[in-house]
Amino acid sequence: MTGGLLDREVEFVAALRQAGLAVSSAETVDATRAVLAVDLLDRESVRAAFAAALCKRPAHRRSFDALFDLYFPARIGDGAPAEGDLAPELDENGDPAQVDPRLLRELLQQALLDGDPETIARLARQAVAMLGRADSQPGRQSWFTYRVLRQLNPDTLIAALLAAMLGEDERGGFAEKIARQTISERIRQFEQAVEAEVRRRLAEDRGVDQIAKNVVKPLAEQVDFLRASRDDLAELRRQVYPLARRLATRLTARKKVDQQGRLDFRRTVRASLATGGVPLVTHHKPKKPHKPELVVLCDVSGSVSSFAHFTLMLVSALREQFSKVRAFAFIDTCDEVTRYFTPGLDLGSAMARVVREADLVWFDGHSDYGHSFEVLVERWPDAITPKTSLLVLGDGRNNYRATGSAALKELAARARHTYWLNPEPRHQWGSGDSATAMYADLVDEMVECRNAEQLTAFVQKLLPV
Amino acid sequence: MPDPATPIAPLPTSPVSTVQPQFASVADVRERLGTAGYLADDAIATTVFLADRLGKPLLIEGPAGVGKTELSKAVASCTGAEMIRLQCYEGLDEARALYEWNYKKQLLRIQAARADDAWEATHDDIFSEEFLLARPLLSAIRRDGATVLLVDEVDKADVEVEGLLLEVLSDFQVTIPELGTIVAARRPFVVLTSNASRELSEALKRRCLYLHLDYPTAEREKAIVLSRVPEVPEKLAEQVVRTVRALRAMELKKAPSIAETIDWATTLLALGLDTLDEAAAAATLGVVLKHVSDQVRAVNELKLS
Repeated sequence: MTGGLLDREVEFVAALRQAGLAVSSAETVDATRAVLAVDLLDRESVRAAFAAALCKRPAHRRSFDALFDLYFPARIGDGAPAEGDLAPELDENGDPAQVDPRLLRELLQQALLDGDPETIARLARQAVAMLGRADSQPGRQSWFTYRVLRQLNPDTLIAALLAAMLGEDERGGFAEKIARQTISERIRQFEQAVEAEVRRRLAEDRGVDQIAKNVVKPLAEQVDFLRASRDDLAELRRQVYPLARRLATRLTARKKVDQQGRLDFRRTVRASLATGGVPLVTHHKPKKPHKPELVVLCDVSGSVSSFAHFTLMLVSALREQFSKVRAFAFIDTCDEVTRYFTPGLDLGSAMARVVREADLVWFDGHSDYGHSFEVLVERWPDAITPKTSLLVLGDGRNNYRATGSAALKELAARARHTYWLNPEPRHQWGSGDSATAMYADLVDEMVECRNAEQLTAFVQKLLPV
Repeated sequence: MPDPATPIAPLPTSPVSTVQPQFASVADVRERLGTAGYLADDAIATTVFLADRLGKPLLIEGPAGVGKTELSKAVASCTGAEMIRLQCYEGLDEARALYEWNYKKQLLRIQAARADDAWEATHDDIFSEEFLLARPLLSAIRRDGATVLLVDEVDKADVEVEGLLLEVLSDFQVTIPELGTIVAARRPFVVLTSNASRELSEALKRRCLYLHLDYPTAEREKAIVLSRVPEVPEKLAEQVVRTVRALRAMELKKAPSIAETIDWATTLLALGLDTLDEAAAAATLGVVLKHVSDQVRAVNELKLS
């Protein structure tokens, strides 16, 4: 491999690591071999080769693509004009003259109607070249996505596009719905292309490393809405994930050791061969490993939002390890949120969807533990069985409402274990509107859990090896 | 039992299994997969090419029904390889995945032994090839011809199975205590598929090339429909694909797979419909959506009622 390419690859891998992708040295070597095996002039092949060796989680793919575009840009400057490009007119200084955005808009409308991805990408490139530049400081230029999108404003094209796609008589129904979906998909394509092009231009002006640090920002922003800096999150994730895995293996391992099941005829006979066909030692089938069934019920109201973040992260980590985890969230009523935590999904967007889509508010959006317990008992009577461990996560601050102790008692009686993790310092329990004292009596144990360390301690105590 | 006087023979240096690439270039992959009825895009073709060229296992992850298993079948059929499939499930163990001694036959052999047979001979005899039952992993490694080993739905198997796979996939060898180490004469083309119902271990992922298969782009899906159901008019194919994409964008229990898109096109064709309007969609929604709640949702959101 030529020195230049190798150096570039090493820088690229370093940037990936900084963006949170765990890339091992062996994988870097694989990537090098992979890239050498494909045609280096075919950029998409190079991208696919790197992706196959380096990017092994779908959630990382966006960061990967953004960084790849930065480190292996498709072109330099304006690039060679392709056929069909608008030639920007130059003014007397040799700079591109201000282009009439209307012309671009017309072209964009046609491209969106045809839906050819390459035309859309090419238009995005031109639009950035013509509209995206602004002088930020004397002698220095900068590139802005919003300048392009504001001037072209693709969303305002929707009406015209709909009219072009549909006849007048088809408005308002099924056909329009489908057409809308198609159009907004293509507009999103265009916007992403504009963003990528702006990043590339910026990187050219300011140096790749500078921009690479900011590329991962969108991911962080999504996560941010509940709190915690990106570093906090990364740290928390590093701690919580192995914990969830340990929890998973312990729950299965423990049962295997201490109980023997039915006679394993095959193994007994096989072992008897050693003793001339006389079965001196019997072998038993291991008891079917107890399927850990876990139901997590967590308070996601405003007062515990930072804690909710942490618990939802735990739920998501557990969900990646066990199949039988059901998660319920509540504010003043309760809804099942398991479906939002499909493994491999970006955690930030999962949380955003929980808050947006799940049915958590019934009355006024202040915590109501009592009503939430009742709803859980009523609507999901099959969720808690004698095999289930129930984990309640919340501060027990009930705004002086009915505690619903009967419902919690019923849940606790039905479940195999009930634990309560409380994010408040122990000395505040029971003060003010906290119904903690009452709840603590009903569950097996209530523990203080304010950070990952306390959670580790809890998991270890809960599951002695 | 070996005679204590004989020195223990040194372990033979294990021969390294050879990689014999099947494909000449990325374009070659795409073309040959095409002849096998699989339309590959750039990423798929490149990754398959690399897995073949570097001799590394290929881990394909993605939602159900995007053609993960289909891809490995296509690779097998276009390279003329035999496909060996290991379907993973909870409780899959070594004896089912790797090898097992045929103890019934061993028992018979012992009972049939004449009294004057030396025990040593019997012992050596019952732990020989004849009494070995090769399971998929071992069979794939022992084959001389071109082989595609498909380890399907790895995420369904227990975590322990991943450990078992690690040895086989990194060195392409299997150690049987009584027989020694068996090294693959020729590396099989290994495909692992996962629906991502749980995260696989980093160690396993590190050893594989990774391909995330998602639902295809509108253009590619249309091409797939047209290649599988050539009789369908292009306009109808386009409508079906767009509608399916709208369905996938909804929050459904089970999003329609590619196979279901094809089924839908076939169904409409069989009913003699040449356009997908409200009535046709409402009547045939059952072909793509298999949950009542999903159907209700789609009817509401697409205004089919």
